Amino acid sequence: MPEQTGNSEFAGAFTGTSLRLKVGLAEMLKGGVIMDVMNVEQARIAEEAGAASVMALERVPAMIRAEGGVARMAKPGLIKQIIQAVSIPVMAKARIGHFAEAQILQEIGVDFIDESEVLTPADETHHIDKHAFTTPFVCGARNLGEALRRIAEGAAMIRTKGEAGTGDVVHAVQHMRQIVKEMKALTVLSEQELYHAAKELQAPYELVRMVAQTGKLPVPNFSAGGIATPADAALMMQLGAEAIFVGSGIFMKERATPLDVEHDPKEREEAVSRAKAIVIATTHYNDPKILTEVSEQVTGTMKGLAAAAIDESQLLQTRGW
Amino acid sequence: MIEAEFRPHIGVLAIQGDYAAHAAALAEAGAIPSLVKTPEELRLDGQSLDGLILPGGESTTMLKFLERHGLFEALKEFCGMKPVFGTCAGVILLAREVRNPVQRSLGALDAVVDRNAYGRQVDSAILHAETTLPGGPLEMVFIRAPRIARIGPDVEPLAFREGAPTLVRQGSLMAATFHPELSLDRRVHRLFVEMVKTAKTAKAARAR
Repeated sequence: MPEQTGNSEFAGAFTGTSLRLKVGLAEMLKGGVIMDVMNVEQARIAEEAGAASVMALERVPAMIRAEGGVARMAKPGLIKQIIQAVSIPVMAKARIGHFAEAQILQEIGVDFIDESEVLTPADETHHIDKHAFTTPFVCGARNLGEALRRIAEGAAMIRTKGEAGTGDVVHAVQHMRQIVKEMKALTVLSEQELYHAAKELQAPYELVRMVAQTGKLPVPNFSAGGIATPADAALMMQLGAEAIFVGSGIFMKERATPLDVEHDPKEREEAVSRAKAIVIATTHYNDPKILTEVSEQVTGTMKGLAAAAIDESQLLQTRGW
Repeated sequence: MIEAEFRPHIGVLAIQGDYAAHAAALAEAGAIPSLVKTPEELRLDGQSLDGLILPGGESTTMLKFLERHGLFEALKEFCGMKPVFGTCAGVILLAREVRNPVQRSLGALDAVVDRNAYGRQVDSAILHAETTLPGGPLEMVFIRAPRIARIGPDVEPLAFREGAPTLVRQGSLMAATFHPELSLDRRVHRLFVEMVKTAKTAKAARAR
């Protein structure tokens, strides 16, 4: 038998081969930026700027919010074009509970599936059984209980939900602080108290115990939902995020109008400057000198929508159970 | 022997990727890890790091940072002076030639490397294979892994996957297309820590 002397959290938390490979890819994305892209040109800009991965979708959250209608998985043809165009991992979104969309995404060969509240939910009770897939899943969460329920279902990565499509970071901050606070609170509880904590969190006891021992989620914890500037990315990283998702923040001009990166060189340049700056800020999140430099280089920022002004019924973050 | 007590100071390039897993593995293998993001943190003068790990992650992302911040030249110089170990994306950065697609690399390791050679994430795999390292078969975690297509005469293969070398050594350089930092078996990291100690001892002897 090979010697097993390591005690690393990176191999010890899970023993199943499939889950180790899924969490392994999430580990590889740490410290990076995952960018929403709607076409091949945007995907190329993202890769050129240093994105660690791209999320292929038909409409970014800001457009979904403005245009309404049912938001579904992107068309397979678009996803395949983007897979062909870049060498970095490609993610795509499936509706909450829509395991048939997820089956299609796995068949196409996407590297990560986002079971996302940004799309219109397909099931108001159940999430996808993510253990049934070879492709890893990322899911959104607003608090620790929600994060652990998703992990129990097989998610290999958690991201804060924030409020997608706003360019307002306030809810991403709220959700990250909430999850970190709840994890800290678990670390001081006795064995006896953990059973009750599991009941309160509505999460499996084994996962609650794992968090109590390490003070961390058993899978990487990324941040999403309203991150629009290099400073926003640095803020989330300093609050404990291990990587950053940027949706509408790179390629949107006005609320529902994307920058024309295919025909207008000036607007392309603006998208490139935003993408590069957020990538650099995510790596050098605790170096104010570099953050200042890259913030200066950004030309323009998405206009955004104050999350506090959104009617409760229009929030995307309340989707997921 | 003072060497038994000596814990070498080994950096992990922390631009993007699983640098935290490498830092944890190094600590378990008897080294003092530190994260490196800038050329200044490599400190090439006297009191510098004793060795460096280039971790897994996205090689294109890392390359952008290398090209932007003068890190490329600093790393190239470091590869010529101190032991360096690259895993997955790190192998791509170290290689003499990179294909699929063609991209710039440090050119320190005499090898030709194909990116994403085994397919996408659904093709990622954990395999056990024979190795020349003592202690029996080695667990190898491959995630969207590259393949070493060709090696030069000075490169020694230490493990294989379907005939292609997965762990290689060339002087004070080591490279793995898999992720030993994601396994519990610490033999690979311990070998690198030993290489770093040997290089440091040899350098100290030359200085005397």
